[in-house]
Amino acid sequence: MSGTVHSRGSIRRRLMVQLLLGAAVLAIALFFIVQSLARQLAEESQDHILAAAASAILDAASVRQGELQLDLPYSAFSMLGNLSNDRVFYAIHFDDTFVTGYDDLPLALESNNFGPRFVTRLFRSEEVRIITAERRLASAGKPVTVEVALAQTRDGQRDQLNWISQTAATLGAGFFVSVAVLAFLAARSSISPLLRLTESVGRRGPQDLRPVAAPVPSEMAPLVAALNRFMDRLKTSLSRSEEFIADAAHRVRTPLATVRTQAEITYRRVEKEENRTSIREMIRAIDESSRAAGQMLDHAMVTLRTDHLEQAVVDLNTLSAEMVDRLRPMAELRDIDLVLNVLNKVATVGDAILIQGALRNILDNAIKYSSTDSTITLSVSQNAGWAQLKTNDQGIGFPENGVEALKNRYARGANVEGVVGSGLGLTIADEVARAHGGSLNIANNTEGPGACVTLSFPLC
Amino acid sequence: MRHLILSLVLILYPFTSGAFEIEEQVLFGPENSARMIRVISTGDVRVFEPMITGFLAENTDVAVDYTVVSSSELMKAISQEEASFDVAISSAMDLQTKLANDGFTAPYSSQATEALPEWARWRQDLFAFTQEPATIVLSKEAFAGLPLPQTRQDLISILRQHPDKFRGKIGTYDLRQSGLGYLFATQDSRTSEVYWRLTEVMGALDAQLYCCSSDMINDVSTGKLAVAYNVLGNYALSRADTDRFIVLLPSDFTTVMMRTVLIPRNAQNKELAEPFVDYLLQVAWNNAGQPSKQLYNSIMTLAQKEDSLRRIRLGPGLLIFLDTYKKRSFLTAWENAILQE
Repeated sequence: MSGTVHSRGSIRRRLMVQLLLGAAVLAIALFFIVQSLARQLAEESQDHILAAAASAILDAASVRQGELQLDLPYSAFSMLGNLSNDRVFYAIHFDDTFVTGYDDLPLALESNNFGPRFVTRLFRSEEVRIITAERRLASAGKPVTVEVALAQTRDGQRDQLNWISQTAATLGAGFFVSVAVLAFLAARSSISPLLRLTESVGRRGPQDLRPVAAPVPSEMAPLVAALNRFMDRLKTSLSRSEEFIADAAHRVRTPLATVRTQAEITYRRVEKEENRTSIREMIRAIDESSRAAGQMLDHAMVTLRTDHLEQAVVDLNTLSAEMVDRLRPMAELRDIDLVLNVLNKVATVGDAILIQGALRNILDNAIKYSSTDSTITLSVSQNAGWAQLKTNDQGIGFPENGVEALKNRYARGANVEGVVGSGLGLTIADEVARAHGGSLNIANNTEGPGACVTLSFPLC
Repeated sequence: MRHLILSLVLILYPFTSGAFEIEEQVLFGPENSARMIRVISTGDVRVFEPMITGFLAENTDVAVDYTVVSSSELMKAISQEEASFDVAISSAMDLQTKLANDGFTAPYSSQATEALPEWARWRQDLFAFTQEPATIVLSKEAFAGLPLPQTRQDLISILRQHPDKFRGKIGTYDLRQSGLGYLFATQDSRTSEVYWRLTEVMGALDAQLYCCSSDMINDVSTGKLAVAYNVLGNYALSRADTDRFIVLLPSDFTTVMMRTVLIPRNAQNKELAEPFVDYLLQVAWNNAGQPSKQLYNSIMTLAQKEDSLRRIRLGPGLLIFLDTYKKRSFLTAWENAILQE
């Protein structure tokens, strides 16, 4: 099973980026909206004051004997000074002739015979807002027009706008920062159910394939439902595999045993030497098939079970004693003495079935490769923080070269031709040891002939 | 002190080389200095000498060319002839405001200008450095045995009760000649109608018209006048003969004029003009908002009269009374009141 997952992007980062981008767009929009509203308001308020001042001036105009009488009201200009310290210019035209004020101040646009006209333009190298308003009077029976042009610079407005711009910028920045903090919190809280689910699924194994029952957000419900269905199928599939393996072991081994018995009976009956040789060959082949089938099923079981290793305390002393008892009859058939030597009481954490399988394969090998009338010793000890199951025999030992290669699947020693073997025994033991975080060490005895195979497991 | 300064007094009547009329020109500081500040001012040399001396003590290589003109000549020099001056000082608030409004000033901002009260500054162009109340000067001799008036209304009552005593013995500015008189009169008329009643009473009693405060005070001192209306209080109090008259700050309202300084647009030594203005403002305002004694030897404490003070407000409102139509109609009304032939 592969431990690497191809990941691209991150939900949290994507959420953050999207929220921040949204916030940035909103903050900038806020800035420009506030600024443009402020500009509009400032312009309108200047226009209103200019209009009020212009109408105050026009109200003070009258015609007496064809002469313009104009008592400029002080308030007209002082009200302009109230809003800001802006400069003021004015020009008054009577009957299309300039009469007083600044003669270079232009009237804004043509008369529309309606309301005041506004224009913004440069006057004396400064930008000014000019209002032009007019009033119709009558003189000697004919209409005359008084026009006033009133202009004000826009420094105050500019200052005000700068201030508002700064405020709006601060507001926008504050808004952005608040949203950034909120986005961070939101991303973290929205990702947390996923983390909880990950943790919950990570705890599942072959012994624990319960559906996830804790409530999850509705968006994750389909995923969790699919996961639960998947785990359910996996559970079914796992139990089927185990059933199949047990079933297959049973169905293959039992007929083989029957065939072997029948072959032995036949062996005893036939007398011709060539027939007896044939039947011996047959029995040998049956033994080989039986062992191979058993080990292949063992190996399949190991592969299956090590994927999700069970975590239970395994008493290695009891386990060793049981295994020695079980194999002793087989050893005695060959007059081999199987000795259990317990030095310490040790235990490890793991799958007892797997450890049994590993030990059985090692002892099986030892019995198989030992000469008759020899001794096999299984020592259970504690050594440098490890629980060790050490098997010593007095057989042919391992070949000098390529000891480590023997752990590979279907690899057999160069010196064991003629002995029935599948080449899976050490592979199984090695995989079991490694699945438990331990190791398999194979070597020859330092004193005398024979092999020394050590299974090491972490102590619990 | 004055003998320490190399002073060059040029009394130039008439001064013909320029179109504007110079009354007096004095050079302070080293002769032929490359660093020269040209000051155009309506203030007497006597008034500004201590301040300029103080400035030169801190800037020893700088010379100050001090030119005295009338306020209307100052206006003409800056706005029409665009003469090259670095600093312009005037008591004519309206004309100074018009110079600033019409763009003849160079804006200047510093710690000293920003420290000014709101009412002592217009934009970054015009800075006030004195507060000079318009007062009523009463002859002690003439008012012996009479109750001293406190308000214009009091004065009107006394004048009406004793027409013979005061006939021909009331002095005030001739608004047609004096810009300051016109400024005071227009501001008085804005504040209260009582101004017009008083003017009519004065007109009925054959008021004498003057060009300047000092002449009026002289005549009060000699007994030729009993009452002088709208006289600069600082002038009166800085005289030696203050025992002969009473300087009254009317308690109904006292119009306060402020002298202002500006830097003309075409100043050639702005880098010298700016510290000069800073120094002037610091000297003027270093005493918690009160005008400095270095500028005016004034014993007048305005703080106690704060409620009745009407400081003339700098700003575009001052342009109104400079308008030809407005001025013509105001002077017509005034002439009708004061010249009752």
